[in-house]
Amino acid sequence: MSTQRSFFNRRLHSLLGVIPVGFFLIEHLYTNYHITGGKESFVESVNWLWGIPILLVLEVLFIFLPLMYHGIYGLYIAFRADNNVSQFGTFRNIMFMLQRVTGVITLIFVLWHIWQTRVQVAIYGWTSTQLADQTVAIMSNNIWLIVYMVGLLCAVFHFCNGMWSFLVSWGVTVGPRSQTISTYIWGAVFVAMSFVGIRTILAFASLG
Amino acid sequence: MSEQRTIRLIVTRQDDPDSRPYQEEFRIPYRQNMNVISAFMEIQRNPVNAAGEKVRPIQWESNCLEEVCGACSMVINGRPRQACSALIDKLEQPIRISPMNTFPVIRDLIVDRGRMFDALKRVKAWIPIDGSHDLGPGPRQSQEESDWRYELSKCMTCGVCLQACPNVNNSSDFMGPFIVGQVNLFNAHPTGALNKDERTSALIGEGGLQECGNSQNCVQACPKGIPLTTSIAIMNRESTRFVLKKWLSF
Repeated sequence: MSTQRSFFNRRLHSLLGVIPVGFFLIEHLYTNYHITGGKESFVESVNWLWGIPILLVLEVLFIFLPLMYHGIYGLYIAFRADNNVSQFGTFRNIMFMLQRVTGVITLIFVLWHIWQTRVQVAIYGWTSTQLADQTVAIMSNNIWLIVYMVGLLCAVFHFCNGMWSFLVSWGVTVGPRSQTISTYIWGAVFVAMSFVGIRTILAFASLG
Repeated sequence: MSEQRTIRLIVTRQDDPDSRPYQEEFRIPYRQNMNVISAFMEIQRNPVNAAGEKVRPIQWESNCLEEVCGACSMVINGRPRQACSALIDKLEQPIRISPMNTFPVIRDLIVDRGRMFDALKRVKAWIPIDGSHDLGPGPRQSQEESDWRYELSKCMTCGVCLQACPNVNNSSDFMGPFIVGQVNLFNAHPTGALNKDERTSALIGEGGLQECGNSQNCVQACPKGIPLTTSIAIMNRESTRFVLKKWLSF
């Protein structure tokens, strides 16, 4: 009998994409959205997060490692596919291709984003106010502004379409009708999350 | 009589499994109600290409000529489908025909679909009934269950879903969408269900169900309209349950 290792790896990849990586994405967008209520509001919520005990351990264990597993195994999945959108220009096949493209872009963006924010905080021991100022400085640059918008849209798309796929892969949405309804729901979530994210980015930029 | 119309065919040919594929154009006289097979037969009668050279006639496979055997599957104008049900009158010209290259090409349009039969053996896509003695009547089944399985039983192992799937390629070992429908078919049978764990276990082995990336091309391409993506989701649910049960009872 053959082994079931790739089944295990693939399901783990699917699960980690939602818990904790997807959950963290929502939390991250929520925290950052506080900037729309002014810098003080943002600083306050960052301070609250930083007050969580053994934060570094939690960050590594529940964000960084799952993210790296999802990202690296995801690259393996993405580059094994032989996209054929030119022959099958159907909605789902386009989504399949976009899921892989946005996944790769998101991974590159997230690694850069971690370097530009979290790692800098660790190196220079920034306070939350300094972090807010630095983020404002980044977003005031038009090129960075566009990079962040593209990164955000890719991450949100990858999450929403990934949730659609997750529900199929775990056998929750089985029939074509439930899968169609799921498409509309995650489409709406995509719009909502993109709105929140773009507004956050613009709010940072407007403080510059 | 009106003037003689012609049909233009551009065929991707290959002389043997190891040689390089090449394209050859043919022009054949039009007749009413032709399909791709009868166009090939016309070339067999007069094997001359568009440049006027005498060539070896095109090799292909076909049996039933009514879209139930799956033998004449090939890529016609970009879409994998059966040549017998590909009517010339409904195709845009020039008609581009190539072999289903997700399989090893043997010659011209003949491919080796052996991997599909190996996959059926791997997942035990049958219902074992041993012994020559009378086993008595089988369990009763509802019309609804029977109707569902009838849809799945239409699979003719034609290979179109493998050709359409972006995850069936040289760098992947995916057995193909069809195999999921077949496991679903036999697991859903009341007698077949006695061996369902064996099949599910084989289905989630290497190259199994997990390789599906939900592009859903299979269900679009399947000439028999088999609800493959529904089967995939059903088997996803069954295999999640199967794995949890196995681990928790370890």
